[in-house]
Amino acid sequence: MANPVLEIKNLRTSFNIKGNYYAAVDDVSLTVHENEVVAIVGESGCGKSALALSIMGLHNLKTTKLEGQVNFKSQNLLSLSASKLNKIRGKDLGMIFQDPMTALNPLATIGRQIEEPMDYHMKLSSAAKKKRTLELLRRVGIKNEQRIYSQYPHELSGGMRQRVVIAIALACDPVLLIADEPTTALDVTIQAQIMDLMKELQNQIKSGIILITHDLGVVAEMADRVAVMYAGEVVEIAEVRELFMNPLHPYTRSLLNSIPSNMEDKKALHVIEGIVPSIQKLDRTGCRFAPRVAWVPEHEHEESPTLHEVEPGHFVRCTCYKNFHFPEEKVGDESYVTTKS
Amino acid sequence: MSLLKVNDMKIHFPIRGGFFRTVVDHIKAVDGISFELEPGETYGLVGESGCGKTTTGRGIIGLNTITGGEVLFEGTDLAKQSRSERRKHVKDIQMIFQDPYSSLNSRKNVLNIIAEPLRNFERMSPGEELKRVQALVDRVGLNPESIYKYPHQFSGGQRQRIGIARALMLNPKLIIADEPVSALDVSVQAQVLNFMQEIQKEFNLTYLFISHDLGVIKHLCDRIGIMYKGRFVEEGTAADVYNNPQHLYTKRLIAAIPEMNPEKRFEKMHLRQAINEEYRTDYDSYFDKDGRMFDLKSVSETHSVAVQ
Amino acid sequence: MLKFIIRRMLIMIPQLILLSLIIFVLAKAMPGDAVTGAFVSNPNATPEQMEKIRESFGLNDPWYVQYGHWIGKAVQGDFGMSFVHKQPVTHLLESRVANTLLLAAVTMIVTYIISIPLGIIAGRWTDTWADKIIVTYNYFAFATPLFVFALLMLFLFSFILGWFPSGGSVDIRIETGTWEYFVDKAKHLFLPVMSGALLATFGTIQYLRNDIIDTKLKDFVKTARSKGVPEGKVYTRHILRNSLLPIAAFLGLEITGLIGGSIFIESIFSYPGLGQLFIQSIGTRDFTVVTALVMISGTAVVVGTMLSDIILSIVDPRIRID
Ligand SMILES: Nc1ncnc2c1ncn2[C@@H]1O[C@H](COP(=O)(O)OP(=O)(O)O)[C@@H](O)[C@H]1O
Ligand SMILES: Nc1ncnc2c1ncn2[C@@H]1O[C@H](COP(=O)(O)OP(=O)(O)O)[C@@H](O)[C@H]1O
Ligand code: SF4
Ligand SMILES: [Mg+2]
Ligand SMILES: [Mg+2]
Repeated sequence: MANPVLEIKNLRTSFNIKGNYYAAVDDVSLTVHENEVVAIVGESGCGKSALALSIMGLHNLKTTKLEGQVNFKSQNLLSLSASKLNKIRGKDLGMIFQDPMTALNPLATIGRQIEEPMDYHMKLSSAAKKKRTLELLRRVGIKNEQRIYSQYPHELSGGMRQRVVIAIALACDPVLLIADEPTTALDVTIQAQIMDLMKELQNQIKSGIILITHDLGVVAEMADRVAVMYAGEVVEIAEVRELFMNPLHPYTRSLLNSIPSNMEDKKALHVIEGIVPSIQKLDRTGCRFAPRVAWVPEHEHEESPTLHEVEPGHFVRCTCYKNFHFPEEKVGDESYVTTKS
Repeated sequence: MSLLKVNDMKIHFPIRGGFFRTVVDHIKAVDGISFELEPGETYGLVGESGCGKTTTGRGIIGLNTITGGEVLFEGTDLAKQSRSERRKHVKDIQMIFQDPYSSLNSRKNVLNIIAEPLRNFERMSPGEELKRVQALVDRVGLNPESIYKYPHQFSGGQRQRIGIARALMLNPKLIIADEPVSALDVSVQAQVLNFMQEIQKEFNLTYLFISHDLGVIKHLCDRIGIMYKGRFVEEGTAADVYNNPQHLYTKRLIAAIPEMNPEKRFEKMHLRQAINEEYRTDYDSYFDKDGRMFDLKSVSETHSVAVQ
Repeated sequence: MLKFIIRRMLIMIPQLILLSLIIFVLAKAMPGDAVTGAFVSNPNATPEQMEKIRESFGLNDPWYVQYGHWIGKAVQGDFGMSFVHKQPVTHLLESRVANTLLLAAVTMIVTYIISIPLGIIAGRWTDTWADKIIVTYNYFAFATPLFVFALLMLFLFSFILGWFPSGGSVDIRIETGTWEYFVDKAKHLFLPVMSGALLATFGTIQYLRNDIIDTKLKDFVKTARSKGVPEGKVYTRHILRNSLLPIAAFLGLEITGLIGGSIFIESIFSYPGLGQLFIQSIGTRDFTVVTALVMISGTAVVVGTMLSDIILSIVDPRIRID
């Protein structure tokens, strides 16, 4: 396999709430390789954004405690000073945010916002910066780049703005891109365009990508490898084909069964009962997903499930998945497979 | 007889401009659409944001003034009726809104929120009212004590259930659901969709289901109308539209649904590229010289397409 | 853009007409008129004499004739005669307008010099001791009544310490235009300006602090940080630009507020400006002067609002009205 660009080891991100620290990312380890798209998927509140912001060093350190390691280019990002980190952010690490309506400064022109990272990371004349910016705009599929260059964010549609946000992330040729729900706020057709664009760009620049999403459709279209997150923990990691063809963790299977386009029309969808617990209320002993599969009898759960490899490259945080069944599923019912092919 | 028949409905908003802010043009948010809803069916209205779906829904229940055309509900034209005449029918048509966070009045408790529509129509003793509300709250799967709580004390999915309970209070025949699950997580979305299907049978409801999510529409709807720039592009049964799309725009929408099988992702990407290519070459045969869609023409008994 | 400015200015016309009508009607509704006012000092005047003078002043004409007459002259800067001072109102206003504008402008500048840095410090370093001190100061600025504070300043710095003069705008014995003249003027301005400014900081500090706290959490600030922009530049280039923008826009409104606030300040420091004249004229029922002053301050509000709108449309790219 290609070289790793980012190695997260036992990362724990805790927030201070009324004097106590609660972990939103709880002992997560994950590696991203060159030219690899690793998707992180889970319901909202599972700690996906908290993870992304930890890598980028964007948490407010007064209220956030970061433990573990985020190794990038043989240094631990978590122990770098702000000024050292600023030499890496925007250069080697690029970030794409969820909402293109709010991710751009309303008072600066598009051109200025794309050039800004170059101010800090590249020694370029202003003419060279402009040239590069226009080129970037073309690369993200904007045709009238000369005009867009001097326009303001509010003059562009959501899809156009998201292209600009991508151009900013790519401005200094990053080796790792972190995209936090890059298509969630977009219309279906625009989502498809942005997905195709990101795939195409990745083909060109061969960077690693961490793609955060709650949409398994986006995962299926884009990811090479998938980490499923629940309540701050990774509960399953697998290659994308393996995950969709052979999902093992009950949470992964529940997610797949709740997607309308994945189920037979008009058939009842699987409902994951309850909600993702808040970080204060989360019970951190035993299996965190147990309260949401109430029909599974107590003795069938594992006491403290750990992530272990069940097949090469396929990790699951549960050993009792073999016995797991949905309440509506008859034992041995072959028609009830998780993916409809 | 169909329950609802929308006939060539138009809703135009004035654009003001020039020195004296006079009306210089119109936004043709809805520009001549026709469709029918049979009792008990679920009709899906789908299209990208800004294509006029919400305006259509609001036009039917009278929240937007109709510029032209007819809205026949059980045979009477709502568009021609005065406000007071309309009230009788408005009781039969209820709307559920997209955003479960802002569509409920945050200063009222659940009891008042749910009972409010009824109070406009019927006088009831507080005891009777409480009973009705409790029964509904129970039906939508909320705790009985939740009627004295306020919206912020509920999760997104629960709020959407409160919205549904409010809509059900008047025993409507038609429910217009405007993107009811778009703001919800998949798991919560599944909960609300299942629930809507259950109550449809139980209360014999007809749905006009508005969404931009083709997966949700396909899962739920019997018939589907695809909207683009205030007009219908294609209409047909779910099978017609998904398995045999005729209009280029429909094809593009369907190709945009993410492929759930990772093996087929490149196929899907190439399909999308091919459609984009077709857009460039064949645009003229799908849109007239003003870029407006043609009128619908039937291609089969259930299926019609906007082509020349 | 130009079109917007012109349209915005034209909107002022009906606003001003309405304003003048209201003032006119209110003035008419007040007990007594110019004639009673003129004769308060002369108890011997008979009703017949007064009636005659009324007739000659046109005070018995229908209201719209009187209004037309009044407004026609007002537009040319003629607000009639002051009956107390026995001279044209315009003449009376001339020197005072300049004094009040000077006081208001200097107060505003000082207010911003104090409040903008304090607002920024409090907003950027929230919950530090510096923030706590600023918030406490601001609480006092909000809670202290202007006249109490002004009296206190006067008492302390003028009567007790004797550092500053207690009244007037300049010592009339000093020759105009010299350095001494300038210094003396500044000395006279100091107490009124500081009394006004130290309390007027409230709005700006409060606004700026809250807005910076909000803006700090905005997504585009995260974007800026993710580009590797150093913390100081994140503030100057991104957060402050957005937070200071409404302050630029409030400039027009601020100055009208200060003209209103000058009423107290000027009376307390016997500063010969419009506010002081206003209080005097109400006391003596010098109604032509009062009407003129209300009209002038009303116009200032209308013009200030317009200026705010225009400034906002220039500095904020999101507001680009064709
Ligand atoms: N700054 C913060 N302070 C306190 N709690 C937070 C903060 N940021 C996130 N959380 C909590 O951490 C959990 C994970 O949040 P997040 O990472 O945003 O989830 P996701 O991106 O998966 O939707 C949630 O319970 C959220 O409420
Ligand atoms: N009250 C209104 N005044 C002016 N334009 C409106 C109004 N409501 C909607 N529109 C415009 O009509 C079009 C259709 O809007 P809408 O029905 O909300 O679309 P959708 O629900 O499909 O996203 C949009 O271009 C929108 O800007
Ligand atoms: S331990 Fe029980 S609840 Fe946890 S994942 Fe395994 S089967 Fe599910
Ligand atoms: Mg998130
Ligand atoms: Mg809508």
